[in-house]
Amino acid sequence: MEYFIQQLLNGLTLGSIYGLVAIGYTMVYGIIGMINFAHGDIFMLGGFAALIVFLILTSFFAGIPVALALLVMLVVAMLVTSLWNWTIERVAYRPLRGSFRLAPLITAIGMSIVLSNFIQVTQGPRNKPVPPLVNDVYHFGSITVSLKQILIVIVTSVLLAAFWYIVNKTPLGRAQRATEQDRKMAALLGVDVDRTISITFVMGAALAAVAGTMYLMYYGVASFNDGFIPGVKAFTAAVLGGIGSLPGAVLGGLLIGLIESLWSAYFSIAYKDVATFAILAFVLIFKPTGILGRPEVEKV
Amino acid sequence: MSNANSPATDAAPGLMAKALREGLFAGLLAFGMFLLYVGVETYQNIDNALVWRMRWGLLAVFVAIAAVGRFLVVGFIRPNIDRRKLSKAKAGLLEVSEDKGFFHRHFLKIAMIALVLYPPVIVTLYGVQGSLKFVDNFGIQILIYVMLAWGLNVVVGLAGLLDLGYVAFYAVGAYSYALLSDHFGLSFWVLLPMAGILAAFWGIILGFPVLRLRGDYLAIVTLAFGEIIRLVLMNWSEVTGGTAGISGVAKASIFGIYSFDVGASNNFAKSFGLPMSSAYYKIFLFYVILALCLITAYVTIRLRRMPIGRAWEALREDEIACRSLGIDTVKTKLTAFAIGAMFGGFAGSFFAARQGFVSPESFVFLESAVILAIVVLGGMGSLTGIAIAAVVMIGGTEALREMEFLKHIFGPDFTPELYRMLLFGLAMVVVMLFKPRGFVGSREPTAFLKERKSVSGSFTKEGHG
Repeated sequence: MEYFIQQLLNGLTLGSIYGLVAIGYTMVYGIIGMINFAHGDIFMLGGFAALIVFLILTSFFAGIPVALALLVMLVVAMLVTSLWNWTIERVAYRPLRGSFRLAPLITAIGMSIVLSNFIQVTQGPRNKPVPPLVNDVYHFGSITVSLKQILIVIVTSVLLAAFWYIVNKTPLGRAQRATEQDRKMAALLGVDVDRTISITFVMGAALAAVAGTMYLMYYGVASFNDGFIPGVKAFTAAVLGGIGSLPGAVLGGLLIGLIESLWSAYFSIAYKDVATFAILAFVLIFKPTGILGRPEVEKV
Repeated sequence: MSNANSPATDAAPGLMAKALREGLFAGLLAFGMFLLYVGVETYQNIDNALVWRMRWGLLAVFVAIAAVGRFLVVGFIRPNIDRRKLSKAKAGLLEVSEDKGFFHRHFLKIAMIALVLYPPVIVTLYGVQGSLKFVDNFGIQILIYVMLAWGLNVVVGLAGLLDLGYVAFYAVGAYSYALLSDHFGLSFWVLLPMAGILAAFWGIILGFPVLRLRGDYLAIVTLAFGEIIRLVLMNWSEVTGGTAGISGVAKASIFGIYSFDVGASNNFAKSFGLPMSSAYYKIFLFYVILALCLITAYVTIRLRRMPIGRAWEALREDEIACRSLGIDTVKTKLTAFAIGAMFGGFAGSFFAARQGFVSPESFVFLESAVILAIVVLGGMGSLTGIAIAAVVMIGGTEALREMEFLKHIFGPDFTPELYRMLLFGLAMVVVMLFKPRGFVGSREPTAFLKERKSVSGSFTKEGHG
């Protein structure tokens, strides 16, 4: 039983990270109907930004408080990845908005390859380990909860609340929802569609950067190909929850995190990625709308 | 006269100011984007701790390229293109000359003759042992990719189904040859068609569940299937040897008459009294893969003229129209999957015979992406275009590896393999942006209504226009 609860906690932590990345996938898909294949690599870029900022900070201010260091890492990573995603959308996706359906997906795959190889070329192909930032561990009976797990869950919850507020209560969120429903009509009614889409990419990137930073903090290592597998998992989460639905992305993220940790605990670690891929295939084939998604009507 | 020119000259200072502004902005943006990743180098020192140092020079180069590039594009290149377009529009449609050059008209024949003569010419130039590198690295390597890309072309280029897990069928072909020859001692020539059939079978198995899916979902599911197959190959150690793979895969023979095994009594070199060399095997393999490529091309060209090929192209252009016209989309999609997979299986078993070794490492997603990039670059559907794209991309990266002088420019630890994928990715993006039907060739549907629409299918959304 305690083992089970332990795995549940691990899954919850992992699921929070996947959920944050999944929001980026789901928002972009909702608003322009495109699978942003490069989003996983944006997540990886965020982790690298945090890593580099951490190195610079610790070499200049040796005794910097951990909370402050984490905050600076988060903010810088969010800024840098936002710049990247904004530029990528502007350069690689926007010109293709009227093109045939698979064109943006192919560019996004190209972009994903470019990003991971860019980091491989500039930062080297080897894994980058960082010393653990947060070490505190709490024991409840035989269950261990580390401070970083608590941090990850708290940061995710706060961000999700902020995010929910933006999407549901602000003019920006209204513009986003309008664009999602009918881009042409929104434009006619005075919504700056291009700007709204840009902001959506920026928001997705910022959340991915937070996830990347926490992934780095949790595992203590960054690598140039960290974007692919977590990216696919987050995409699976988005699909499982119902692509286009924000609560669905979070729910899907938590489910994928739980499934992954329980699968590794009770079945086999070697096949844990197979489980994710199989879920992805099954959901897409049998219930493409996911748990909370709206059925999509095929338009002629 | 002066009147007509004045707007252009008046606009120039404004244009320059705009170009400067945009250039500056691009520079700033690039600074923000590259400061951490290019400007800071992280590396492990002797104590294995991660440390960093600045690379201001490299960062400056990146920023300068972005700023100057943007300045030139806004200030000069774009106005130039606009002007040319305008003058073209004013002049009216130009008659496209039907008279092509000699090279263009006889391209196929010339290419065929060059390919058949390639090994003998190389052998006379560099000697038997010296030919190894050219025949193997350039010839066979490129032709394998040509074959794979042509196989994927059936699925992506003709039927318009984006398959991101194509490498799985390559893996099926390679492993079925390796395993069956290992356990049952069957020869290459028996197993080659079998590998193709097995791969086609897998194509149907994997194709069946995804039939209902729309374009991008289908792509993701094929990606998932491809990864599942690779992960199973990696973890099912009892059968596949796990990450270590299977080594000592049997070589192909010349239809059992001559063998290339060193110990065999009917060894090719021994039978003809030639000095021992692995080059003969490679030259033989070159002709085998050439023949396989030709079969692929022939089958594709024939199929394209058959009802099923027409149905593929119709499916690519508009699935809804296809269904309403009574085309059986299930059959159409499945045949495309099966035939594409079959060619992948052929290529896979050839690959296993050539390497003598298979491992899951060769069948990662990036490999699928490379093949897809070649198809996209060459122009989806165009066989010649794809072949040229394969020669340029695969041959180009092999050539990069050969170029010693690059090491003098970029330092001794310059590894072109690292840049290979970067170039592939960039090429994919650029092609999609500027020529979505491919840089090299492009293939319009074989059967087309004579009245051409003003907007072609590639520029409208699926189901629109």
